[in-house]
Amino acid sequence: MHTSTLIILLLGLMSLAYYFGRKRSLSIVGGKIRDLHSLPSYYGLQTAMWCGIPALILLSLWISFEETVVTGIVVESLPQELQSLPPERLDLVLNDVRNLSKGDIVSSTVDQTMQQAADHYSSLMDISHMALFVVALSVAILAGLWARRTITREQRARNRVEKAINFFLLSSSTLAIFTTIGIVLSVLFESMRFFQQIPVTEFLFGLEWSPQTAIRPDQVGSSGVFGSVPLFAGTMLITLIAMIVAVPIGLMSAIYMAEYAGKRFRTLAKPVLEVLAGIPTVVYGFFAALTVAPFFRDMGTNIGLTVSSESALAAGVVMGIMIIPFVSSLSDDVINAVPQAMRDGAYGLGATRSETIRNVIIPAALPGIVGGVLLAVSRAIGETMIVVMAAGLSANLSANPLEAVTTVTVQIVTLLVGDQEFDSAKTLAAFALALVLFVITLALNMIALHIVRKYREQYE
Amino acid sequence: MNDTSTAKTGLQSEAGAAMKQNRTAEGTVGEVYVDDPRMTCRNVDVYYGEKQAIFDVSLDVGKNQVISMIGPSGCGKSTFLRCLNRMNDTIDICRVTGQIKMDGQDIYDGGLDVVPLRASVGMVFQKPNPFPKSIYDNIAYGPRIHGLCDDKQHLDSIVEKSLQRAGLWEEVKDRLDQPGTGLSGGQQQRLCIARAIAVSPEVILMDEPCSALDPIATAKIEELIDELRENFTIAIVTHSMQQAARVSQRTAYFHLGKLIEVGETDQIFTSPRHKLTEDYITGRFG
Repeated sequence: MHTSTLIILLLGLMSLAYYFGRKRSLSIVGGKIRDLHSLPSYYGLQTAMWCGIPALILLSLWISFEETVVTGIVVESLPQELQSLPPERLDLVLNDVRNLSKGDIVSSTVDQTMQQAADHYSSLMDISHMALFVVALSVAILAGLWARRTITREQRARNRVEKAINFFLLSSSTLAIFTTIGIVLSVLFESMRFFQQIPVTEFLFGLEWSPQTAIRPDQVGSSGVFGSVPLFAGTMLITLIAMIVAVPIGLMSAIYMAEYAGKRFRTLAKPVLEVLAGIPTVVYGFFAALTVAPFFRDMGTNIGLTVSSESALAAGVVMGIMIIPFVSSLSDDVINAVPQAMRDGAYGLGATRSETIRNVIIPAALPGIVGGVLLAVSRAIGETMIVVMAAGLSANLSANPLEAVTTVTVQIVTLLVGDQEFDSAKTLAAFALALVLFVITLALNMIALHIVRKYREQYE
Repeated sequence: MNDTSTAKTGLQSEAGAAMKQNRTAEGTVGEVYVDDPRMTCRNVDVYYGEKQAIFDVSLDVGKNQVISMIGPSGCGKSTFLRCLNRMNDTIDICRVTGQIKMDGQDIYDGGLDVVPLRASVGMVFQKPNPFPKSIYDNIAYGPRIHGLCDDKQHLDSIVEKSLQRAGLWEEVKDRLDQPGTGLSGGQQQRLCIARAIAVSPEVILMDEPCSALDPIATAKIEELIDELRENFTIAIVTHSMQQAARVSQRTAYFHLGKLIEVGETDQIFTSPRHKLTEDYITGRFG
């Protein structure tokens, strides 16, 4: 019997419980709702919760421990010589047993003991499933019946249901928080493993990046050099170019939208600008690699410059275009948030529109604009797809935008793509890079949010 | 506005003739015209889109006088005030017809530039709205954009004089470089008044300048208005009838977009001629 069937059955039981709980509460007072402490639906909900929640908790606990318990029993029944195997080998055998019972491909030859163990395993699993089915359903029915019986006219069902909802909401939000913490910790621990092999100082201050390590001891060359400076320099260069493109254009378009544009133009232009934000970054990526980069290369050749075909310039410019709507919509919000009274004050003194904007609105909105730009920077730093396609792989330490550079995100991608051993410095380097990247963007976001929040308070 | 003298005399005789009429053609009770007007409004209608907000208002604003405009909320007194320096231009759907002249010059004339107009008709708003700049820069803003100062020293003296006239100098002279938003509400409003008089306007419009202030700050502003009358013409919109009685020489009563009654402040408050005015000032509605 499948678990999903059980869950559907439980949900069905819950709706039945809702119906009966509600009905019971009404019959207690003979249909006079005002005599009840809470509305009938609360009694229904309460009964449904009692019916469903304990059973669902039981279900999830059962499923998470089922495998371990059953495996333990199977191991007990295995012959002595298999039981005394070292843990990794035992794991392999058990894996084969599981695969055999599911009918998957097995790594070694199937012998008598294996087949027996597999049969044992599957019969145990079947028993466990059946038991789960019976136990869960009876828990649901019993708890539901009990909850229905305890309904009285003074019972505070509303308060209990509210409390339960409160708890659900709380657990959802903590789930999100714990997921984030989990990701950070996993990155952190893998980076620690990396830093056990490569010193932190070498990683942070080394000027050369060449992550190829020998897979076999007899392989020639490459012990791997992990100096991350060229990567961060490349990231900064591309981000800088992107900002040079995005900030002026985004800001000016925001000013036009907020202060000058007529209603008709705004209703037309704003959605179009937002379409720009909706284009998948992979599209920007091949646009950069196939259209913009060759264009810059040819133009460079025409005026006698050597532009590499994967230049930082092309990647940066396209990334800037991607960020324009981000900057412009954030600045637009901030400019609109400047109170009308401020504009009136300036107009009332005889200031023209552009004087008002330059001397009053922009200074008033500046903290918010800076916050928006910082958010855009952290987005540019973390952007991957465009640079993977357009920025190249060679870790040059160069400030020349016409050369190919590589970025942190590109290197993380290349380090983890393909068949790799997981415990080599090469793959672990990805986690170290990710950690530093994470710290940088986190810091930028925190500063930006702080500035934006402080700005909001100013006019409230 | 150079050859205004002839226009002015022309207007004066016209106004003098009209003075004799008790009830004007527009349906307003009282003396709409004065001998020595700074601004003259004739048959002003204001529309917000389809909706008409002001109906056929004619009113003179006398030189070196304080005229107060009172009336229940939504009666159009603020809208009318904002017509006087064309602040309604910033509202897209707003349309003004009729004639408003300042010293004989039609301010809604197509060729007229609003920048000098707003320099000569300053405005103080309901809520103090200092710019997020230093106190000094707040005052210096107007003189700077109109090119009224020759050098730093001149600007310094304009700032000091404006602050002194607004009665704020003693309180802020040691912290001119601090943000204007850090002052108290009453100080901010006096800062805004100082900012308005820094460009030496001829008329100052005040749109409920004390409605966001406590009684002490209000008293200071009222005192200030009385002093400013010496050099400026002031039109003030207020919700407080006591305030109108205290600071103004003439009072105009608006009702549902119409100008009901104009007259000497004493007369309006002691013996109003129109029933609506009487009802309002005796507190029967509003």
